[in-house]
Amino acid sequence: MSEQQVKKTPAVKQPRQDMPRQDPMVRKHNFSEVALGYTEEMALREASRCIECKKQPCSKGCPVNVDIPAFISLIKQKDYPGAINKIKETNSLPAVCGRVCPQEDQCEKYCTLGIKGESVAIGRLERFVADAAMAAGKTGKPALLPATGKKAAVVGSGPSGLAVAGDLIKKGHQVTIFEALHKAGGVLVYGIPEFRLPKQIVQTEVDYVAGLGAEVKCNFVVGLTMTVDELMTEAGFDAVYLGNGAGLPYFMNIPGENFNGVYSANEFLTRSNLMKAYSFPGNDTPIKVGKKVAVVGGGNVAMDSARTAIRLGAEEVYIVYRRSHAELPARKEEVENAEEEGVIFKLLNNPVAIIGDDKKWVKAIRCQRMELGEPDQSGRKKPVAVPGSEFDIEVNTVVIAIGQGANPLVASTTSALNTNKWGYIVTDERTGATSRPGVFAGGDIVTGAATVILAMGAGKIAARSIDRYLKDQPLLTAEEEAAAAVQDKK
Amino acid sequence: MARIKVKKTLAPGVRQFVVDAPLIARKAKAGQFVILRVCGEGERIPLTIADSDAATGELTIVFAEVGETTTKLGKLNAGEEILDLVGPLGKPTHLEKFGTVVCIAGGIGAAPVHPIVKALRKAGNEVITIMGSRNKDLMIFEEELRKVSSEVIITTDDGSSGRQGLVTEVLWELIEQGKKIDLVVAIGPVVMMQAVCHVTRDRCLPTVVSLNPIMVDGTGMCGACRVTVGGVTKFVCVDGPEFDGLKVDFDELKMRQRMYLAEEKRAFEEYKITCGGRC
Ligand SMILES: Cc1cc2nc3c(=O)[nH]c(=O)nc-3n(C[C@H](O)[C@H](O)[C@H](O)COP(=O)(O)OP(=O)(O)OC[C@H]3O[C@@H](n4cnc5c(N)ncnc54)[C@H](O)[C@@H]3O)c2cc1C
Ligand SMILES: Cc1cc2nc3c(=O)[nH]c(=O)nc-3n(C[C@H](O)[C@H](O)[C@H](O)COP(=O)(O)OP(=O)(O)OC[C@H]3O[C@@H](n4cnc5c(N)ncnc54)[C@H](O)[C@@H]3O)c2cc1C
Ligand code: SF4
Ligand code: SF4
Ligand code: FES
Repeated sequence: MSEQQVKKTPAVKQPRQDMPRQDPMVRKHNFSEVALGYTEEMALREASRCIECKKQPCSKGCPVNVDIPAFISLIKQKDYPGAINKIKETNSLPAVCGRVCPQEDQCEKYCTLGIKGESVAIGRLERFVADAAMAAGKTGKPALLPATGKKAAVVGSGPSGLAVAGDLIKKGHQVTIFEALHKAGGVLVYGIPEFRLPKQIVQTEVDYVAGLGAEVKCNFVVGLTMTVDELMTEAGFDAVYLGNGAGLPYFMNIPGENFNGVYSANEFLTRSNLMKAYSFPGNDTPIKVGKKVAVVGGGNVAMDSARTAIRLGAEEVYIVYRRSHAELPARKEEVENAEEEGVIFKLLNNPVAIIGDDKKWVKAIRCQRMELGEPDQSGRKKPVAVPGSEFDIEVNTVVIAIGQGANPLVASTTSALNTNKWGYIVTDERTGATSRPGVFAGGDIVTGAATVILAMGAGKIAARSIDRYLKDQPLLTAEEEAAAAVQDKK
Repeated sequence: MARIKVKKTLAPGVRQFVVDAPLIARKAKAGQFVILRVCGEGERIPLTIADSDAATGELTIVFAEVGETTTKLGKLNAGEEILDLVGPLGKPTHLEKFGTVVCIAGGIGAAPVHPIVKALRKAGNEVITIMGSRNKDLMIFEEELRKVSSEVIITTDDGSSGRQGLVTEVLWELIEQGKKIDLVVAIGPVVMMQAVCHVTRDRCLPTVVSLNPIMVDGTGMCGACRVTVGGVTKFVCVDGPEFDGLKVDFDELKMRQRMYLAEEKRAFEEYKITCGGRC
C-alpha cells in the first residue's frame, strides 16, 4: 500500500496520552478551541505505543484507508513532513479529520491495542502532524499534471467539494467551485463551532485548494444564479460534481414551533459561527439566547448547539433526548465535554409542544416521558411514550437539532437527475455517477447527514471518475469492473 | 462584489442603486430578491429586485434606511462595491392572463411592485395600481409605475398628493363600484398587506402578498424565514416570497419580525456613535 518503505520501530508500553484541554470553567466563557493538541513530546510518547501491526486493522476502520502504521512510524522518526505526506496520500483534510472524525467508531475502534486496553490515539496524532505542517507553513504544493483544457464545476465548498476540486486540479483540469454562501467551507464554517474546529484551519484548506488554481465563486446559488443544465450547455463545463450537502433543517411539527426564541440548529449555529453573532454588536448579526435553553436532539449538532448556548451566556442548558444515554448518537468525547461544561441531560423525554407567552415568546417546552421498548429496525430500543407523563421545562430559547434533510434547490432544477424518496441524489457508489452523464455527486446530498471523512472520501472517488470521464475512459477500470461483477454476484 | 453604477435619493432616507450584476440580471424575474452584505462584519439582508436588464447586466434595488445595515449601504457611493450580492432568490411571481389585476403598493413597496406590474401587463392584464404613502415627499416610483400601469391611483395619509386616505379605502371603492377584479397583489408594510387581505377576504378576492420576514441564508438552509400559510410552515426564501394572502398568519409574521428589535436598536445606536452622527 505504501509507496515509501517505512522501517518498523519497537513499541513502548504505556498508557494512552491524554490531550490537554481548556479548563471547563474557563472554556465555558470563550469560543477558543477546547482541545489544545499534543506537544511534540506527547505525540512521540503516544506514537511509541503503536506496535505497527502488519495487517493494519486500524486502516481498515478508516473510511479512506489512511496508512496509519506508516504515518505513526514516521512520527516516531520525527519525520513530520513525511508523516503528513503519507496521510495526504488518501486524506486531504487531516487537520479537520484529526479533530472531528468519530475515531472511536472508525480507525481507533479496530486498533489492536484497543482490544485489551486503550487504542492508540490515532486522531490526535493525525491532528498533531497536520498542525505541525501548518505551523511550519508546509502544506506542500503537489505537482500538477499538464492542463487538459477540460472544465469541471463543483457545487458546494464543503469537505466533499473541496476534495473533488483538489484532486481534479492535480489531474490538470480547470475547476470552479460554486458556493451559495459568502464564505467557503460548508458545514465546517457554518455548522461546526470554532471551539471544536477553528475557522482558520478551514480557511487554510480552502486557500490551499484555491492556491492550486481552483476558482472559488461564492455568492452563487446553483439552481438559481445558474442551473446545472446552464453550467453545462452555456458556461462550457464538461462535468459537474454536486456536493451541496444536506442543508434542510427538520422541525418537529409540534404546536408552538414558530414562536420567537425557537431556532433550528442550522440557524442557531449559522448565526453564531458564520455570522459571528457571538461578537455582536461588533459583528452585526444578532442572536437571542435566554437564561434557560432547551436543545432537542442527541447528536453532534445538538451538543454543538448546547455548548454554543453555554458560551453565549445561558445559565441552564438542557439536552432533551427521547432515548437514553447509551443511545446518544453524538461522539462520546463531545457528550463528556458538554457534561463538564454543565449541560443538563434530560434523557428519555420527548417534546410534544412549545408553550409561549402572550407576546408569542417561548416560555416552556412540554415534554413527555419515554420508556425504552423493543428494538426497532435500526436495532436501537424504540422509545415509547408514558401516558399522562407530560411536564413543562421553563426555557426562553429552544434549539431544534433533530437532523437535516436534502435541500431540493439543485435536484429540482436539474434535468434527468434521479433522486430517492427523501430527495437525496441517487449515485453509483463505486463511481459517484448520477443518472445524468457528466454529473456526479457525493457527500451528505447522497448519503444524508453523515461525516466529514465520508463526504471527503466520496469526493475522492468521484474525482477519479470525473477524471476518467473527462478523458473519455470508462468510469471503472477493467479490473474494477470484474471485481464489481464478482461482488454483484455475491 | 458588485459595483454601484448609479446612486439616487428618491425620498428622504430612501435610496436607489443601479448595480453591475450581470449574472443575476440575466436570470432575475419579477418577484425575486437578492441578499447582500455591506462589510466583513455585516449581516445578510434581503432586498427585492426593483428592475433588471439582462442586456446591460444592471440590477436596480431600492431601500429605506431603517437600521444599521441599510444605513451603511446608503453610505456607499457610485463606483464603490457591495461586498456580497447573491441572487436571484425566491420564486418568481406567478404570471398569467388573469384579466384585471389591482396592484397595491404601500410606501417603499412601490419599487418591488414595479417589475410585477410590468410583467403582468406584458402577460396581457389590465393593471390598476394603487400607491399609498404617508406624504408626497415619501412617494417613490410614481413615474415608473405610471409608465407601466393601465391606471394609477395615488393616496397619501395627509392628502399632500392624490387623494387623502388609505389604499384599502380605494380598493374598497373599486369593489363597491362593481369593478370586476380578478386578482389583487399587495406589497408593503405587513399591517397594510394584512388590512388589504381583510378587505379581500370578505369578497373572496384572490390576493397575493410578498412577505418580508427576517432571513439569514436565503436558500432554505436555516428556517429563520418561516411563516405559517394555511396552517403549514413555509420558508419564505424558497417557497415564496409571494403567498396567498388570505391564508397567511400575519400576526405570527409581525411578531417574528420583532424578534431582534432590542438588538437592532442597540446596534444602530452604537453605529451612530462610532460614525460620529454622520449617518
Ligand atoms: C453542527 C454539525 C456538527 C457536525 N459534527 C461533525 C463531526 O464532529 N464529525 C463529523 O465527521 N461530521 C460532523 N458533521 C457532519 C459533517 O459536517 C457533514 O457530514 C459534512 O460537512 C458533509 O459534507 P458535504 O461536503 O457533503 O456538505 P456540506 O459541508 O454541507 O457543504 C455543502 C456546501 O454546499 C453549499 N450549497 C448548498 N446548496 C448549494 C447551491 N444550490 N449552490 C451552491 N452551493 C450550495 C452549502 O452552502 C455548503 O457550503 C456535523 C454537522 C453539523 C451540521
Ligand atoms: C424578501 C424581502 C424583500 C425585501 N425587500 C426590500 C426592499 O426592496 N426594500 C427595502 O427597503 N426593504 C426590503 N426588505 C426589508 C429589508 O430587508 C430590511 O429593511 C432590512 O433587513 C433592515 O436591515 P437594517 O439592518 O437596516 O435594519 P434593522 O436594524 O435590522 O431593522 C430595522 C427595522 O426593520 C425591521 N426589519 C429588520 N429586518 C427586516 C426584514 N427582513 N424585513 C422587514 N423588516 C425588517 C426591524 O424589525 C426594525 O423595525 C425586504 C425583506 C425581505 C424578506
Ligand atoms: S481520517 Fe479519520 S478515521 Fe481515518 S485515520 Fe484519520 S481520524 Fe481516523
Ligand atoms: S492497530 Fe493500533 S497498534 Fe496496530 S498499527 Fe494500527 S494504530 Fe498501531
Ligand atoms: S432565510 Fe434561511 S431558510 Fe429562508
